Amino acid sequence: MGVLRLREELSERIRAYGAETYPHECCGALLGSDGDGGRAREVSEIVPLTNQRNDSPRNRFSITPEDVRDAETAARKAGLDLIGWYHSHPDAPARPSEFDREHAWPWYSYIIVSVQERVPRDMNSWRLADDRGHYDAEEIVIDARASGARSTV
Amino acid sequence: MAIKVMIPTPLRAYTEKKDSVELQAGTVGEALAALTSQFSELRKHLYAEDGRLRSFVNVYLNDEDIRYLQKDKTQVSDGDTISIVPSIAGGARG
Repeated sequence: MGVLRLREELSERIRAYGAETYPHECCGALLGSDGDGGRAREVSEIVPLTNQRNDSPRNRFSITPEDVRDAETAARKAGLDLIGWYHSHPDAPARPSEFDREHAWPWYSYIIVSVQERVPRDMNSWRLADDRGHYDAEEIVIDARASGARSTV
Repeated sequence: MAIKVMIPTPLRAYTEKKDSVELQAGTVGEALAALTSQFSELRKHLYAEDGRLRSFVNVYLNDEDIRYLQKDKTQVSDGDTISIVPSIAGGARG
């Protein structure tokens, strides 16, 4: 199973955003490094985005190509890569739906946080398999002192 | 026409890690056909089973979305750049 490292502070921000936008789905970008030489993929920053699915925001989210390009630019300026996306599932489990799978890109990490009655619960990460037929779970390692920690450390 | 196709990060695993591919084509459709002929694993990520571009695959010719041009029949010129840009979608139910 792949590993995705995530600072506790970023994890809490994703969960808080899911609670804030409840009962609508939240979404955002994960910036970080893919990892090489056996190192784990790591999220260094997150970019909250506006869910553009105004017609069905309780069970759908959408991020425009313009927002994707802006997230790529933000990543590049920070010396990072755009490594994935997060979104919430209001009153639904933190696992990808069939709709998630059909619309997923390979390689990206997809974090899903379940929000039950405005309370964030489980959070999981997934990556689409090469054959597009299924997702592979990715272990999220919450790290209070990861290498991307704030400059004041 | 000699043109360049920019490959987004999630698809570089299927283009030998290249972030751009140079090829010859007369239209955007020909360029994408040449690209997926050269890198066949790309096809299922760009096209649905009915042969249409997937809804979350966006194709730009020099920063213009081809949906607002002549789609895959859009003519290309020497030195043009085609960009494949993801949009992201999903949601909790089915």
